[in-house]
Amino acid sequence: MLRVSADPIDASEALKQFEQSAKGAGAIVTFSGQVRPQANSGKVETLHLQAYSPMTETGIESAINEAKIRWSIDQICVLHRIGDMAAGETIVFVATASQHRRAAFEAADFLMDYLKTEAVFWKKEGTASGDQWIEPRADDYVDAARWAKKETI
Amino acid sequence: MRKILYFGRLSDITGCQEEMLDIPSEIETAGALRKWLDDRFHATGALLDPTVRIALDQEIIFDGTPIQSANEIAFMPPVGGG
Repeated sequence: MLRVSADPIDASEALKQFEQSAKGAGAIVTFSGQVRPQANSGKVETLHLQAYSPMTETGIESAINEAKIRWSIDQICVLHRIGDMAAGETIVFVATASQHRRAAFEAADFLMDYLKTEAVFWKKEGTASGDQWIEPRADDYVDAARWAKKETI
Repeated sequence: MRKILYFGRLSDITGCQEEMLDIPSEIETAGALRKWLDDRFHATGALLDPTVRIALDQEIIFDGTPIQSANEIAFMPPVGGG
């Protein structure tokens, strides 16, 4: 399941629904990301998320399909906010269900790295000193590079 | 008329997120369009930055790609959500 929407994300409700739909899987991993209250330039007043539909959704769907090819995964749920949100609000929710925990952990980690560095979103942080567009950090790219497929000779 | 979109930090420079534009016929490739728009907005190279990718009708392309058949052209600085 994938949803990119300006509607608030209720992570505990999303988990409850995911547990229902993934009944019998054996292992469920979830990650929820929240808007940080503190930026380098001060206290965060708003976070604005921009998407480019349907390119954003198509890209995330491909990452979900890639995760299902790489790991034995029963179900995946990705919820992502767009629009304006406040500190503490949930910006992203990822859940994976598998027969065993390792696949569920790795697939969730892979999807989060995709969302941080490749998903078609742009983020703008608003603080008392002004607005600033935020782009991925060098560490985010290093994290994402862990999943690059090694060439076989 | 073609729809041009400017995402992320680029919209601060262009002053708009999208616009409908008549592109002169001599602007044949994505790279030429980059240069033409950068001059038009006095963007001092912001649109020429190699980290800014271009999508034609929602598909990422290279600077040498012809743009004649595209209806929608997007300028995309580095992406990232979460």
